[in-house]
Amino acid sequence: MEMMIEVQDLSKVYGPLQAVNHIDFQVAAGEIVGFLGPNGAGKTTTLKMLAGFLAPTSGTARINGFDCVSQSLEVRRSLGYLPENVSIYPDLTVSQFLKFAARAKGVEAKAEAGEIHRVMAACGLEDVKGKLVAALSKGYRQRLGLAQALLHQPPVLILDEPTIGLDPSQIVEIRSLIKNLEGSHTVILSSHILPEVSQLCHRVIIINRGQIVASDTPENLSRQMGHGARISLTVKGPEAQVTAALQGLPGVGRVDSRGEGRYLVEGGNGKDLRPDLARLLVQQGFDLLELKSQEFSLEDVFLNLVTEEES
Amino acid sequence: MKNLSGFTALLKKELTIYFAGPIFYITGFFFLVLAGYFFYTNVLYYGLISLQAAQQAGNPQVAAQMNPQMLVYRPLYQVLAIILIFLVPLLTMRLLAEEKRSGTWELLFTYPLSDWSIILGKFGAVLLVYLIFLAFTLSFSVAFSFMTPVDWGALGVGYLGMALLGASCLALGLFASSLTENQIIAGVVGFALLLLLWIIGWVQELASGGLGQAMQFLSLLDHYENFTKGVINTRDLVYSVSFIFFFLFLTKRQLESRRWRA
Repeated sequence: MEMMIEVQDLSKVYGPLQAVNHIDFQVAAGEIVGFLGPNGAGKTTTLKMLAGFLAPTSGTARINGFDCVSQSLEVRRSLGYLPENVSIYPDLTVSQFLKFAARAKGVEAKAEAGEIHRVMAACGLEDVKGKLVAALSKGYRQRLGLAQALLHQPPVLILDEPTIGLDPSQIVEIRSLIKNLEGSHTVILSSHILPEVSQLCHRVIIINRGQIVASDTPENLSRQMGHGARISLTVKGPEAQVTAALQGLPGVGRVDSRGEGRYLVEGGNGKDLRPDLARLLVQQGFDLLELKSQEFSLEDVFLNLVTEEES
Repeated sequence: MKNLSGFTALLKKELTIYFAGPIFYITGFFFLVLAGYFFYTNVLYYGLISLQAAQQAGNPQVAAQMNPQMLVYRPLYQVLAIILIFLVPLLTMRLLAEEKRSGTWELLFTYPLSDWSIILGKFGAVLLVYLIFLAFTLSFSVAFSFMTPVDWGALGVGYLGMALLGASCLALGLFASSLTENQIIAGVVGFALLLLLWIIGWVQELASGGLGQAMQFLSLLDHYENFTKGVINTRDLVYSVSFIFFFLFLTKRQLESRRWRA
C-alpha cells in the first residue's frame, strides 16, 4: 500500500526540552489516523513538523513522497493544515480570506469561485461569508480554518484539534465532514477527546512525553487492555459480605466497591463470569439488581498507558 | 505562473488589510497635510523673493536662484524625506511582526508560497500605499502650474528620487518587522536604522579621508541629493536598487531562519 506520510526517527528539541523523541510511524493513503496524547505530549509539535512549519532537530518526515524540509514547497502543495487554535486575519471577511487562501494555494482562477463555494457549503459558512473574521464566533472561526484546509482538495489533511471550541451539534457536523473525507484523503488528526478518535479513526497513535506508546486500531487497543472482562454489578446487601462473597468466586481478579451497592468486578482470565456471578449472589441470598459487562474504553487504555509510563 | 499567483494573492491581501484599517488613512492624512503645508509656505516664500528680485532687476545672482526647482521643490523634497523617516516605520511595522504575534503566519508559511513571493507581495503592497500618497502630492504641482511654468522633467526626476528613497526606507522597515513579533519594537528599530543611515554622512567632516567618504557613500540623504536637483546619476540609481535588494534579501534570510530557531 502507498504510504502518504512516513515519519522516521523524528525528533524536536526546544532548548533543554525534548518535545518529540525519535518517533516513527506511517500512514497509508486514504487512512484516517488519530493522534492522541495529554497536553504537552508533543502532538502539536509533530504536526507542525509534518506541515513544514517547524524543522525537525533530527530524523525525516515525508509526505506524498516529498521531504518536509528539502522539498517543503511540494509538501505544502499536497497538504491542507488546520493549526491548533487557528488564527486568521481579523481584518478580512470570510470570503476575502478564502479568496486569498485559494490563490495562495494555487487554485486556478477559473475554478476559484466554485472551489470556494464548495468548501463554504461543506463547512456551513454561507451565512457568514460577508462577515469580518474578527466578528466570528469561535465555532465559525474553526470552521473557516477547516474550510481553508480543504481548499484545492489536498491529498493529505493535517488537523490539529479540529473540533475544539465547537458546540455539540457543530462537533457532530464536523465529525461527519471528516468521516466523509475517508478514502479520498489521508487524514491525521490530533485530539484529546477519546470517543471522537474511536469514532473517526481507523488507527490511533498514542503519544506521551514525545514518544509513541501505542499504535493500533481503537478496537484492538481496548481488547489488549481487557486482560479479562469487567462486570459492573448492583447488589442489595451488606457491603463487606458482598465483597467477600464476590472475591470468593474462582476466576475473579479484583473487586471494587463503588458505594451504594455498586461493584466493579474484574476477571482474571478470559472466561465470562456473568452466569457464575449471578448464580452465586442469588444462592447467597443477596438481591441482584443489575449486572452488565463493561468494555474497556479508550479512556482506560489511554490512562493506563500514560500512567504506566509515569510510574 | 504559480509564483506570480502567490505574489498577487499576498499583494491583494495586504492592500485589503491596509485599506480596512486606520493606519493607511491616518498616515496618509498627515503626510498630505504636512506636504501641503510645506509646499504652500515654499510657494509663498518664492512669491516674496520674486517680488524683491523684480525690484532689483538686473542682479544676475538673484536671477539665477529664481526658479521653482530651487526655491519650491528642493526644500519640499528635503522636508518630505525627513517626514519619511517617521512615516515609513508606521507603515511597515505590522507587515511581518503582526503575522507572528497573532499566529496567522502558521497558515501563511504552510501555504505553498515561496519566501520571495511573501516578501515581494508585502513589499509591493506597502510600496503601492506609499506611491498612492505620493501621487496625491502631484496635485499641488498641477495647481502650481496654473500660476507659473513648471519643469515637468525635473519634477519627474524629483519624484523618481522620492519613490526610490521611499522604497529603500520601506525595504529597511520590512526587514525590521521581520526581526520581532512586537510591532512597537519593529517600529523603533526601523526608525533608529533609518535615522542612523541618514546622519551617517555627517561624520564625513570628522573622519579623515577614505573612511569619511565611505560613510558618506552609505548615507541615504547623500544619494537623494542629486535627484532633488533634477539630476539622475547612475551611481545613485545603483545605490537605491542595491539598498532595496540588500534589505529584502536580509528579510528572506530572517524568514528562512525561523524554521530552524523556533
